[in-house]
Amino acid sequence: MKLWTKTVLAMLPALMLLGCGTSGEVEEETDTGVSSSPSTSGQDSSATTSGVGSGDAASGESMGEQQQEDSFSGDPLDDPSSLLAKRVVYFDFDQSDIKSDFRAIIQAHAEYLANNSNMSVTLEGHADERGTREYNIALGERRANAVHRMLALQGASASQVRVVSYGEERPAALGHDEDSLALNRRVEFIYNR
Amino acid sequence: MCKIKLLINTVSGFYLLLLAGTVQAVLNIEITQGVEGALPVSIVPFAWEVPPQNPQMPASLAAPKTAPVDMAAIISADLARTGRFDPLPPKDMLARPNADSQINFSNWRIFQSENLVVGTLQYMGADRYKIRFRLFDVFKGKQLEGFSLSASGNNLRRVAHQVSDIIYEKLTGERGAFTTSVAYVTAAGVGNARRYSLWIADADGYGPQSMMRSREPILSPSWSPDGTRIAYSSLEDNGHQIVFVQSIASGHRDKVSSHKGINGAPSWSPDGKSLAVTLSKDGNPEIYVIDLTSKKQRRLTRHWAIDTEPTWTPDGKTIIFTSDRGGRPQLYQVPSNGGKAKRLTFEGKYNAKASVSRDGKNVAMIHRVDGKYRVAVMDLKSGNLRVLTDGSLDESPSFAPNGGMIIYAASVGRRGILKAVSVDGNIHQRLTVPEGDVREPAWSPFPE
Repeated sequence: MKLWTKTVLAMLPALMLLGCGTSGEVEEETDTGVSSSPSTSGQDSSATTSGVGSGDAASGESMGEQQQEDSFSGDPLDDPSSLLAKRVVYFDFDQSDIKSDFRAIIQAHAEYLANNSNMSVTLEGHADERGTREYNIALGERRANAVHRMLALQGASASQVRVVSYGEERPAALGHDEDSLALNRRVEFIYNR
Repeated sequence: MCKIKLLINTVSGFYLLLLAGTVQAVLNIEITQGVEGALPVSIVPFAWEVPPQNPQMPASLAAPKTAPVDMAAIISADLARTGRFDPLPPKDMLARPNADSQINFSNWRIFQSENLVVGTLQYMGADRYKIRFRLFDVFKGKQLEGFSLSASGNNLRRVAHQVSDIIYEKLTGERGAFTTSVAYVTAAGVGNARRYSLWIADADGYGPQSMMRSREPILSPSWSPDGTRIAYSSLEDNGHQIVFVQSIASGHRDKVSSHKGINGAPSWSPDGKSLAVTLSKDGNPEIYVIDLTSKKQRRLTRHWAIDTEPTWTPDGKTIIFTSDRGGRPQLYQVPSNGGKAKRLTFEGKYNAKASVSRDGKNVAMIHRVDGKYRVAVMDLKSGNLRVLTDGSLDESPSFAPNGGMIIYAASVGRRGILKAVSVDGNIHQRLTVPEGDVREPAWSPFPE
């Protein structure tokens, strides 16, 4: 099952290309322009897509390629061997406690933010598919807030961190098995740059 | 090149469109389990009557050559869908009477068909139609009901549903819900091509209309009590959740709440004047009531735990919501003008997302049993809880306005579909769209 998950994640760039090819159908839609800030929107959405790829620790190679494309050379964020390359914190079912394995990662991000006051990050909270959707939105937010608190304790300033929650709406893995569900109970660091 | 295009594509993050009168993504409804011994009934195809035509009449006013809708087929499908009736297929009928004088009841008794409906659809000119029908008790040889209704061409389906309502109420003693609608959300496409749409369709799945389309998830549609507006939450602002209220007729929408944090789970008050919502602007999710005229907010809960998924009881006096203040998600009830919350559910470790029947007697919810998430219904007076479904990932139960059925979201394989179950658990329906996932169903109130 895990293999299947990896295959799908490895295929994501290809799927994105497919989406690109079919974008012509979008023309019939009417854009009301209600979306507040177009440029941020574009940035965020693409960041989310690559974040899905980085959601699986095993797909390190394709993740590296992803980042290479829009890399800023010299930034420690782009060093694949740095703890900063790890951008996902995982949680137990219906829990928002930060497990000890992830403390060092969060601390590395906190230090980076503290040392780079011009950088900001969006913490995206997620839940697995079990339970109800709005409760899972709340659960995802609680997880992201838990990471936010730890970042703040270790020196990141409030203005550098934005918290959103997608609940169960944006799974990183599509399977229903426990391995997939575990990959979906997460908070992702999405750097805004 | 493609990468650039991807970015441009994601720039316009939100779309709003109304597809007036278009038919697509029809919700297909099938009975997966009916009542044993469903009542045999015969709905004879309605006679199509055209008065003598004036040859001078312009072609645009001339009568259609055949009946524009098959009234009997719509009525039969309505009754069959309840799982309580077993309509006789027209091909098996020994006769096709259209008036009481033509009826030979012995033709129907041999099928054990307890009830018989005959009728006519008559063209009156200028897109006006007259619908006449009679309902008979076959064994007593007696008329139970007889009506004459008129309508324009595009209202004929609606009239057929009204006929179904009349028949259903006469035969079961309960109000029919065939003229109601269902709102739901579809999600289709992969990755960057994923689109979410909010739809409204007739309760039989016919005539879906797109209310809103977005690249981001749409959640929790909630009908205004008069059925003219719909509230929902949307993550369209870069994942920031916002509550909107949209007019169904015009498609115009108002932003009702867009504070920092969560703005979600809207639920319309029975008097139509306010929305109960979940806001996390003060640090964690709490239940608020927003007055839709003054936009003033009243905070109802005050707890460090998650409080969400509010729903009003029909008397407007209390709100039932989901909270994990006891360690696990359970249902609680709080007076809608403020006060102490009391716990409602004690059975099991996960009870969430309440929907209350219109008579205020039953609460449907998602209940975890053996690691599976299923629809359960609790009698509010006795506290008795019954599990109605056998799914593993059921979500979002919503009562039909007559309290007879509960529509909910389910998962089959990797696909999200809708299902419906009768409150007694005996009748099961499955509702599917041709492609993509369908979720977040909300059954409309009765039309005014």
